[in-house]
Amino acid sequence: MADLIVVKDLSKHFNEIVAVEALSFSVPEGKIYGFLGQNGAGKSTTIRMLLTLISPSAGEIEIFGMNLKKHRKEILKRTGAIIETPDLYKYLSALENLRIFATLSDIKATQKRLMDQLEKVGLSERANSKVKTYSQGMKQRLGIAIALIHEPQLIILDEPMNGLDPQGIADIRNLILHLSRDLQKTILVSSHLLSEMELIADSMLIIDKGKKIVEGKMTELFAPSETIVELETSNPNEVYEKIQKTDLKTSMASRKGDTILFRVHRKDVPMLVKDLVKLDIEIISLSPKHSLENYFLSLTRENRHVETFKD
Amino acid sequence: MWKLLKIELFKIFKRPRTYIAFGAIAAIVFLFQIALWFDGKTYIELILGNIDASFDFSDQFKTHLLNGYFVCFAVLNILLIQMPLLVALIAGDVIAGEANMGTLRLSLSKPVGRTQYLLGKFFASTIYTVLLLLFLAILALFGSMLLFGINDLVVFRSTSIHQMSQDDIFWRYLAAFGYAAVALTTVASLAFLLSVFADNSIGPIIATMSIVIVFTILSEMNIPLYDRTIKPYLFTTHMVAWKGFFYVRSNEEGATIKGSIENLPAILKSLSVLLIYIFLFVGSAIWIFRRKDILS
Repeated sequence: MADLIVVKDLSKHFNEIVAVEALSFSVPEGKIYGFLGQNGAGKSTTIRMLLTLISPSAGEIEIFGMNLKKHRKEILKRTGAIIETPDLYKYLSALENLRIFATLSDIKATQKRLMDQLEKVGLSERANSKVKTYSQGMKQRLGIAIALIHEPQLIILDEPMNGLDPQGIADIRNLILHLSRDLQKTILVSSHLLSEMELIADSMLIIDKGKKIVEGKMTELFAPSETIVELETSNPNEVYEKIQKTDLKTSMASRKGDTILFRVHRKDVPMLVKDLVKLDIEIISLSPKHSLENYFLSLTRENRHVETFKD
Repeated sequence: MWKLLKIELFKIFKRPRTYIAFGAIAAIVFLFQIALWFDGKTYIELILGNIDASFDFSDQFKTHLLNGYFVCFAVLNILLIQMPLLVALIAGDVIAGEANMGTLRLSLSKPVGRTQYLLGKFFASTIYTVLLLLFLAILALFGSMLLFGINDLVVFRSTSIHQMSQDDIFWRYLAAFGYAAVALTTVASLAFLLSVFADNSIGPIIATMSIVIVFTILSEMNIPLYDRTIKPYLFTTHMVAWKGFFYVRSNEEGATIKGSIENLPAILKSLSVLLIYIFLFVGSAIWIFRRKDILS
């Protein structure tokens, strides 16, 4: 399947602050692509560059096979987005907000089309209420109605589950799955709710300090039958060299600081432990990780916000 | 462009704050008209008291002096100094307000050119300014004409008195309101430019008001050095040139020449200066906005 978004060596510097550095990734057509990273990792900056809100310091972005800089309008006509919280005109009604953004999306906004769209997100009964009277969940649904009113091929969602209650999160999750599975939309979604990403994403990209840490299909990176095993050792360089000389190197996922990650089938974990002991490696800890959250934290562990809460 | 303009006008006139300026203008004009309706004679005596004692005003002259045209001129003298502040309330909010609400990023992620988007907002601010002036014209000119009737208009300056016959006045008001629209658009353009830099509308509104106040004070200062070096370049100096439409030429017998303007080239020069300022402010706003990273 072709890639709908192709990003090459994308960088953004704000004076001396490096927000994104030499980031490259591809989003396959018709898939849900998860975009993960800690706060300040560069996710929002990247998404804003994809939507031409921020101009890159370097690099190329191609969407629908067209250069974003040269074909901005054509690309944005086929793209829908929610950027962080859907901030809307609070002094206007849902219908008025939707009409404004539908017009900006360059479509003919008939009353029927607008009401149908509000019906889809369950807001038709409150269509004429001012947005300032809406709950966070209702605003989010209106934001989605706005993002989808022009039936875009590509949907970019930046933290779409922020501030929602469990039911709201479930609604958004189901909507994303419906858009991808039933309507074949391509969805790039960033979120810090890793358990949710685990449920919906086909592929994912993890970035840290503006750089790519890992990218790939969820089935390859994190198969449910596979386990990530984190090895902490006092002499990582020596251990790394030892492992490189054995068959264990094929199951080594990545290395960061004092830790080395292995990706093995759950049934092979005891064998891994035996092999490591055989190699006479000084093991401080060896912990299997079972969730995307643990995998994510192990990849970005140098950036813990509060050291006291080490896992 | 038309659809963007319609959207902007819709947003402006849906906001309650838009009507603050209309309310303020109505209040000032009504208060002034009511005061003159009940005690216009004292006001006229006060004005004539400031005029050179060598002029001898008859009672008939004094009676005819207080008419709709005269009241409107007095209102404009008061209000056209304050109106820039009301215009800044809206123009300073057009971009910064959107950034503050978070709607700027949503709007600019749509297939709309930034220049078009900005021009749509600028023309909407200009239309708001013109409507504000139209409202002032209806209340101050037509309202005063209804309340006080019409007669010849007498305009007093420090060194001269200009009298215009009643059939030679209305077009001067149309020209003066047209000029005032350009003058206020200059202020709107400044507020608009400052709005591009900010993510909160308070900053550009206060900055615009401060600049207008400081420049107005400098324009009013009678310091010869400033007369040559600074004043000709301040837009506030040229904003009051609308009064020139009410300064007339006289023939050798001292009678007013109907349809004349004392110094039309000076008015045209001031108009050109204001148009250059508008072009510079709006051009700079577009140049900056096209390159701006939207982080709000």
